[in-house]
Amino acid sequence: MEFFLQLLVSGLVIGSIYALVGLGFVIIYKSSSILNFAQGEFLMLGAYVCVAIVGTHKVPFLAAFLITLGFSALLGVLMERLLLRPMIGEPVISVIMLTLGLSSVLKAVVQGIWGTDTRPYPEIFPTTPVMVGPLPVSQGYLYSVASVVVLLTLFSIFFKFSRAGIAMRATAFSQQVALSMGISVKRIFALAWSIAAVVSAVGGVLLGGIRGGVDGAFALFGLKVIPVVILGGLDSVLGAIVGGLVMGVLENLSGGYLDPLVGGGVKEVAPFIALVAILAVKPYGLFGKVKIERV
Amino acid sequence: MRCGDFRETYAEDMALFETAFARRAMLAFLAAMVAVPWIASAFWLDVGLRVLIAVIAATGLNILTGFTGQISLGNAAFLAVGAYSTAYLAGHWNLPFPLVIPAAGLITALVGMVFGVPSLRLKGLYLAVATLAAHFVIEFVASHWESVTGGVNGISIPSPRAGPLVLANDRQLYLLALPVAAGLLLFARNLFRTKVGKAFVAIRDQDISSEVMGVNVFRYKLLSFAVSSFYVGVAGSLLAYQARIISPENFPISVAIDQLGMIIIGGLGSLLGSVFGAVFITLLPELLRLVTGALATSFPELTTLFASVKMGVFGLAIVLFLIFEPDGMAARWHHIKNYWKLYPFSY
Repeated sequence: MEFFLQLLVSGLVIGSIYALVGLGFVIIYKSSSILNFAQGEFLMLGAYVCVAIVGTHKVPFLAAFLITLGFSALLGVLMERLLLRPMIGEPVISVIMLTLGLSSVLKAVVQGIWGTDTRPYPEIFPTTPVMVGPLPVSQGYLYSVASVVVLLTLFSIFFKFSRAGIAMRATAFSQQVALSMGISVKRIFALAWSIAAVVSAVGGVLLGGIRGGVDGAFALFGLKVIPVVILGGLDSVLGAIVGGLVMGVLENLSGGYLDPLVGGGVKEVAPFIALVAILAVKPYGLFGKVKIERV
Repeated sequence: MRCGDFRETYAEDMALFETAFARRAMLAFLAAMVAVPWIASAFWLDVGLRVLIAVIAATGLNILTGFTGQISLGNAAFLAVGAYSTAYLAGHWNLPFPLVIPAAGLITALVGMVFGVPSLRLKGLYLAVATLAAHFVIEFVASHWESVTGGVNGISIPSPRAGPLVLANDRQLYLLALPVAAGLLLFARNLFRTKVGKAFVAIRDQDISSEVMGVNVFRYKLLSFAVSSFYVGVAGSLLAYQARIISPENFPISVAIDQLGMIIIGGLGSLLGSVFGAVFITLLPELLRLVTGALATSFPELTTLFASVKMGVFGLAIVLFLIFEPDGMAARWHHIKNYWKLYPFSY
């Protein structure tokens, strides 16, 4: 039972980070119908930038974190302006390929600057575990889940009430209508990309804090978020949250119970097996909008 | 000098080569390719062999993605299926290579069809994601089904043999791969002159309309997956023969991305494009290696950074091509040809 609970808790923690990165995916997909395969690289870059600022300039962690967020926001805007805008109206495959090309450029930049070794993370969270009921839980987990919850709430409020948030929802609903209402769709795209980069960077820093170090494998996180958003529905924020938690738990439980039977690696493949099943049964996910196609 | 093509019959319009000159040029090119093993050094022969394998795989992917419009991120896995089938058939059953290579292609075609089934309901991004899942599932199988694949330690492949004939070195393997690649390209060229090929293109252009016009969309999509995977399986088989030892590490997701890069840079929906793209993407790291080797004396840090430079240049090439030449090298080639066709009176 305790084993189960432990798997469940760590699943929920990883799942909450999935949800955060999934939010980035969904925001980009909703506003511009692009599936961003470079999301994992945004996450990795954020984690590296933060650790580099803390390490080399002796900046306190919180300040470094804020600088990282600013950097990510700028990066997102730049990506949109320089790379994605020329792709408007190009076929899906071209846009997918562009984000894949972008991901190898970003990976190359990270490797070129910081090398391929694992870089240790500063101690962000206190290390003594806290008792939650019968279960010792590391404080890092609690802090990450808390910050994810806060961020997701903030974004829900942002989408619901702020001018920019409403403009984003309008753009997601219909770009033409949004344009005719005086919304600058280009600016909305830029905003979407910078939000996506920022939430991924937060995810990266949290993940770095939990794992105690950052390396090139962080980029794979972007691929693992894809089953999450497919389960939730590519255009649903709520879906990303639910999908993230479900996938995090599923991955950890299947890894914990099946790994000893087949000899490891189940954790990596389980979300993708689930993905195939979801696509076969409900291609638009739990909360996604079903597209009706006309000739 | 030619000033235009004037086709007066349907037969002329359908001809494989537009002019007699084009046919002769192709024959001369093939002759030059046959001569390569006697001229090239061992290193360039190895590169040439990899180019041929990449050409076959990229042509297969282009049939599926460029001509039928079904995006696939599962090509690395299909290559792996072809390679492991080869390892099993040649290693365990000692079959001769004229049987092994087509059999590897057929097995891959079957696996490709299984993973093509979701294309009944999915398209575009969703299909890309489904094929991505296929990649991870096949990778998992490859590293866990130890009795067949040797697991993460890999499996070795004997030299290709048929009776007394043994292809022991790269030169002989090249002379095997060259006619295979040429034959498969010719087959693909002919495929798109037939009903099946035209159905593929119709599905790419508008799947609902083509269904209304009587194309059995699902059947042809599956057929496209099968043909494409057959090509990739043959490429995987040759790859296994060349590598001699294969393990799951030979087929990471980046291989699939490389191959998508080939057809994007070469030109979607163009056989010439798959050849150009395969040559370009395979030669790119080798040329980079030469450049960094030349610069190594003045910038010694370049050699340690080589892996990231390679990755960065690859990504940059894709991004720049997509932004500035979305139709790929094949389109550029046609522009250049058309310019010179009417030189100096082009406008």
